Amino acid sequence: MFAYYFELGLRSLRRNPALTALMVMAIGFGVAASMITYSVFRAVSGNPIPEKSAQLFTPQIDSWGPQQNLKGEPADALNYIDAMALMRAHRARRQTLLYGVGMSVLPSGNDSLPVAANGYAVYGDFFPMFEVPFLYGGGWNMADDDRRAAVVVLSEEFNQKLFDGANSVGREITLDGHDYRIAGVTRHWDPQPRFFSLFNTSGFKDATDFYLPFTRALDVQANPGSNSCRGHMDFSGWDGWLRSSCVWATPWVELDSAVEVARYGKFLEDYATDQQRAGRFAWAPNVRLRNVMQWLDYQHVVPPESRISLLVSLGFFAICLVNTIGLLLAKFLRRAGEIGIRRALGASRREIYTQYLIEAATVGLAGGVLGLLLTTVGISGVGLLFQPQIARLAHLDFSLVALTLAVAILATVVAAFYPAWRAARVQPAWQLKSN
Amino acid sequence: MLQIKPVLAALKRHKAGTVLIGLQIALTLAIVCNALFLIQQKVTHLSRTTGIVESDLLTVGSEWTNASGAEVGSLVRTDLQTLRQLPGVADVGVSYGYPLRGGGWNDGVSTKPDAKQSAALAWRFFVDDHVLSVLGAKLIAGRNFRPDEIHVVDSHNLVTPAQLIITKALADKVYPNQSALGKPLYIAAATSPSTIIGIIDHLQGGSASSWSDAISDYVVLEPKLLTDKSNAYLVRAQPGQLSAITKVVRTALFKTNRMRIIPDGEGEGAGVRSFAQVREQAYKSDRGMAIIMSVICAVLLIITAAGIVGLTSFWVSQRRKQIGVRRALGATRGDILSYFLAENFLISLGGVLAGIVLAFGMSLWLVMHFETQRLSLPYVLVGVLLLLLLGQAATLAPALRASCISPVEATRST
Repeated sequence: MFAYYFELGLRSLRRNPALTALMVMAIGFGVAASMITYSVFRAVSGNPIPEKSAQLFTPQIDSWGPQQNLKGEPADALNYIDAMALMRAHRARRQTLLYGVGMSVLPSGNDSLPVAANGYAVYGDFFPMFEVPFLYGGGWNMADDDRRAAVVVLSEEFNQKLFDGANSVGREITLDGHDYRIAGVTRHWDPQPRFFSLFNTSGFKDATDFYLPFTRALDVQANPGSNSCRGHMDFSGWDGWLRSSCVWATPWVELDSAVEVARYGKFLEDYATDQQRAGRFAWAPNVRLRNVMQWLDYQHVVPPESRISLLVSLGFFAICLVNTIGLLLAKFLRRAGEIGIRRALGASRREIYTQYLIEAATVGLAGGVLGLLLTTVGISGVGLLFQPQIARLAHLDFSLVALTLAVAILATVVAAFYPAWRAARVQPAWQLKSN
Repeated sequence: MLQIKPVLAALKRHKAGTVLIGLQIALTLAIVCNALFLIQQKVTHLSRTTGIVESDLLTVGSEWTNASGAEVGSLVRTDLQTLRQLPGVADVGVSYGYPLRGGGWNDGVSTKPDAKQSAALAWRFFVDDHVLSVLGAKLIAGRNFRPDEIHVVDSHNLVTPAQLIITKALADKVYPNQSALGKPLYIAAATSPSTIIGIIDHLQGGSASSWSDAISDYVVLEPKLLTDKSNAYLVRAQPGQLSAITKVVRTALFKTNRMRIIPDGEGEGAGVRSFAQVREQAYKSDRGMAIIMSVICAVLLIITAAGIVGLTSFWVSQRRKQIGVRRALGATRGDILSYFLAENFLISLGGVLAGIVLAFGMSLWLVMHFETQRLSLPYVLVGVLLLLLLGQAATLAPALRASCISPVEATRST
């Protein structure tokens, strides 16, 4: 019966071409607008590290005080003194500090031009903590951190650029005039959004080229990419800056159980209390310990454009559906006479209802196909609204194709509930009489 | 004379269709007025002026790879000479920070030492003595920096400058109702003051993002060359020479010294950008949002109109017989036409009334969640007018067809 009704549905698509075209277009545009904006939203609001997002925490300590902090919230990064204190205390199983650095690399060859490279200064724990996959070699250990070793980990893409993808472990490269031994090469690894480094940046950035030891980066006085300061800034020199109120280091700790989380929270409180007692902070402890998803949420990683455009498209889709209900009603009730005859010949209301729902599903399918075409075109236009780093995350994959078709069909069938019900309630006697 | 009562009585028999059209009009109104409002805000945002002469201006970002400290000072001087000798170049300055650059440095400023709270947050541009004239910013009081006042420093040794130039907006903010010229200003809680030696009419800050809207006119110019930041050469081209300079500038700089990075590409991070590109990239998302909202509005109005045409045609075909009877009883074509137009007007009126409530509700929700501004009444009125007209226009064709139904229809059985 389904196949027969489906065929009837297809045939009836051709019966009122104008009305049908209108419905198909409304559904197509509505579903396409929703899918295009959803593809961006899906990319920017996803969990970048699903298997560990509940175990990774970033501690915050208010070192600015109520007058200068962020409306009661501590700064988004730590200053040197607090960052180092956390590392020394070592209260978490794994822990790292990190900050973004920009350096230059001079590829071999006499006429080569320096290449800009973006990297992170991190501790050795960074790699196992964030489950960074390796192609060659590996990260470095705590001893290397302590000895401020001149080692570096390259990304697969950067290794491709500099060494044509060969195993470069053990070779040397020069970053900003200092030599480093290559300890490892990661596989492609670019979690979106880049949850671990959100301080003063958007979470959607160009690919990372290298990682070097935090301790080494301080030795070579690598400036952090961003830096927020409060109070007196008339310090002089690198050491003066390190001791200043400027925050720039993002800490991350791995805590495996609720008990550990509670214990670490207590430790942060105690640390801030000690600082208050010692006279460094003139305010009560103000600390936070947020996990990955809480941190993404707090940092408003999802750009407002993405939310607004998704909402507007959903509203747009809703209007298209209201429109479809009206048109389906007109389309179905025009055939009241036909329904009357079928009912008189013994078709039950249920059968009429089913038939018209299936007919609506064929309209939905046609709308879905149009929607798919429009989505394909629209996704390439995402760059109009979003920065390239976000725009390139939006893509059409199997799940989006399936979702587009499913949403189109389902929404149309839901829209057809009322019109089909009206069709099923047609009184056969009336229709037969007037004919 | 048009009777409202029979129209209402007839509508009662088409409750579903009436409600659907009304609902569609209400939802469309809510989205269209909020979208129009958003478009207007974006357009206002991106039509702000920078206070500089934007044509024939080129920005060239270059970072040294092997130099630091005082060495950078002499390298930059060589670069400036090289650039000034390029054919078509009128003048060149060097600066960290310029309008719409896409980020930069901002700090609190105050008029007293040890102020607990700063008087304002301001952009800090670190410039040489050429930048003001290269940009074409208008000095309305005081003087420009002298060459001997420019200090070569790195960002960790920020000695307080003796002289500052600030924008008029900032001057009015920190020294209201008096001239700021010659007065002290403390930058980033410095212990010693700087003297304001000049005031410029207007200069926009380093970012166009909405987070910085409150401080977009507050700029402090400091006579410094930062050795460890990515400075930009601001190149003023002679009229019509911009593209010629753009082609050769990279090669010319690399020829002087190749141990530098001038990022290629076209995007925000590109090394060589004309100011037109700078502006375009700064307002990309504003413009994108305005375009997308306009497209959505247009498609939405078309779909709503099409929906009205569809349902009204259905009603007309359903009532052929009644129309025939009315015509036979003496109703003129105009009566039939005005009947359908009145019917649509009543439905639309109901729809827009509900839509007004929805529009303000939606705006309130947007205000709460996205810190947008509250929808203002004129946009709603424009939306209401637009939808009422749209409804009438969409009804016109089916109504005209209805008015052509001949009285003979009354005698037919279907």
